[in-house]
Amino acid sequence: MESAANSSGKFPRINRDLVAPLLTTGRPYFLLVGLLACIVAVGAGAWIYQIETGIGQTNLHPPIFWGIYIASFVYWIGVSHSGTFISGALRIAGAEWRRPITRIAELMTLITIIVASIFIFVHLGRSWRWYYLLPYPNQRTIWPDFRSPLLWDATAIFTYAISSTIYLYLPLIPDFALMRDRIGGWRQPLYRFLAIGWQGSQRQWRALKMAIRIITPLIFMIAVSVHSIVGFDFAMALVPMWHSSVFAPYFVAGAVHSGLAMVVVGMYFLRRAYRLEDYVRPAHFDKVGKLMVAVTLTWGYLYFCDKMTAWYGMIPAEMVPLMSQMTGPYALPQWIMVSCNFIIPMLTLTQPAFRRWPIGMMVVGILINIGMYIERVLIIVPPLAQPRLSYNWSSYFSSGVDFTIELCLLALGVLLYALLAKFVPVISIGEEKEGRHYDRQPEHR
Amino acid sequence: MELPEHKEAAESAIGKPYKWEMVIDLDRCTGCEACVVACHAENNIRISGEEETAQGRAISWIRIERYWEGDYPNAKVKFVPVLCQHCGNAPCEPVCPVYASYHTPDGLNAQVYNRCIGVRYCGNNCPYVARQFNWFDPVWDEPLAEQLNPDVTVRQNGIMEKCTFCVQRIRQAKETAHGEGRRVADGEVTPACVQSCPASALVFGDRNDPNSRVSRLARNDRGFHLLEDLGTHPAITYLKRLA
Repeated sequence: MESAANSSGKFPRINRDLVAPLLTTGRPYFLLVGLLACIVAVGAGAWIYQIETGIGQTNLHPPIFWGIYIASFVYWIGVSHSGTFISGALRIAGAEWRRPITRIAELMTLITIIVASIFIFVHLGRSWRWYYLLPYPNQRTIWPDFRSPLLWDATAIFTYAISSTIYLYLPLIPDFALMRDRIGGWRQPLYRFLAIGWQGSQRQWRALKMAIRIITPLIFMIAVSVHSIVGFDFAMALVPMWHSSVFAPYFVAGAVHSGLAMVVVGMYFLRRAYRLEDYVRPAHFDKVGKLMVAVTLTWGYLYFCDKMTAWYGMIPAEMVPLMSQMTGPYALPQWIMVSCNFIIPMLTLTQPAFRRWPIGMMVVGILINIGMYIERVLIIVPPLAQPRLSYNWSSYFSSGVDFTIELCLLALGVLLYALLAKFVPVISIGEEKEGRHYDRQPEHR
Repeated sequence: MELPEHKEAAESAIGKPYKWEMVIDLDRCTGCEACVVACHAENNIRISGEEETAQGRAISWIRIERYWEGDYPNAKVKFVPVLCQHCGNAPCEPVCPVYASYHTPDGLNAQVYNRCIGVRYCGNNCPYVARQFNWFDPVWDEPLAEQLNPDVTVRQNGIMEKCTFCVQRIRQAKETAHGEGRRVADGEVTPACVQSCPASALVFGDRNDPNSRVSRLARNDRGFHLLEDLGTHPAITYLKRLA
């Protein structure tokens, strides 16, 4: 009965193809979810162990007070720019080809913000006192200190999480209504609630369009500000190589770089898992690939500006951590990073044939993400490891415990995506239909 | 913070507030590390084993930095005792999101242990690497646990700490003096490191008293501040080594 209902309506194929993944669940899905849940449980155990024994399990020691937790936090906030910056930019530009990928990217945003926020708590020395960061009334009349960049950061990320959830939700309303009408069972009351009485009337559509038109430029600006503030966490400090005015745009460029690359990875796997070949076509990979070239060049340019000014200035405090990355102990990860972030994408993504090859695009997407993760670690560690008083020079490599937590939180991200994909269509049905409508009336394009 | 009534009484008796500072004469320092040991005993600093020390997690509020000059056999070693510089313009203070690191009216750079949540930004932003973190809960082998100083808090795992200029001694001296309606006299407060220095390389006192020993020494031509160009206005004046 349900399948018959799904194939009705003006666009029976779209309804059938895109609602189907929510109704049928195969064995591999359960295996994947079960496996990911086990990995997440291991991560939870590792975190509890770290809280019980102490943050010293991370291998951190003076003068390196921040390590891969902060690097991961920065990295994941960066990946979250997939759904805000990229989907926002494409919506503003009115790029028609965005339609099948906006939802994929926006879901990514929601999940990566959750994962990134967890890293803040994992990093805290006394995570059980996290609420001191909140401006709540208390008998000691102490508020958090808004002079601290970390508090700007907390404020920005809170704003970002709320606004990107709204941004994800708005185009979902018609889809929720569709599923309310077509999917029964335990999910129906939830869909009914989330669809907030959507009937698809002309008035409702006009209101929704207006809301999306208002929030899109706002979310775009919030996304820029969020990663700028994450950059400020470092740039405001006195640490050599951190104290750089280019950090805010450099961080934003890096964020978009990893975000866009992650969208390609998501596109590839969702297309395969849900048989979406007719919707996510090589032409879409091609378009995203072109965008990636632009972002790669922007990132490379800002990277060059940052390192070049430090090198030419020859200030000893900056030269030491700079040279330790260029030729010293951090040279290997540094050049792997430059290869993954710049050289390989420039060699491959500039080839039109390569951009239409989904597997190749996915591999480059993963390489860029590995590169961006290494970049975040390299921004943090070498400058901290070699402070001005050379007696305190040290080095750092992550321990088993913190690396376990890292990997398990990656698994958490994938798990949340897999679960969400069973609750919302990964391609915006409403937007897709609208696109088809425009296809028939070319004057609207 | 002092209670308001204490503060009023104190203000009328003492006039100007205090400005606690230290002078370290590098010409006198022999690098014996008696200050390090005294500091550990006075301030309930956790004891680290060999392994933890090798991993770089041993805590010292004051350390003797060694810098070598020349090659063997003409090598010369220079000792620099480094502790929290109690900066007048401290980089660690504004970056703390919860006001755990704050400036007292006496010019001390205070760390409020029960406020600290361990984000460790202050540790990164201190150019002197003076800040120390409790990576694990502290343990003292018997009978060391019996000699803890009752005037000093024992710090839990996950908290930043650092030199306080032995604030418990300052507090005690101030209470005694203010009770008697007078200003704390020069030499009345001695932090543990200063007290234990056999060469008297370390001198502590009130810089707002122009005749105190610390004020007279700090005006010496040999005086300089560590990483002075950063503009942190340290409260510790080093006297340059000539010999």
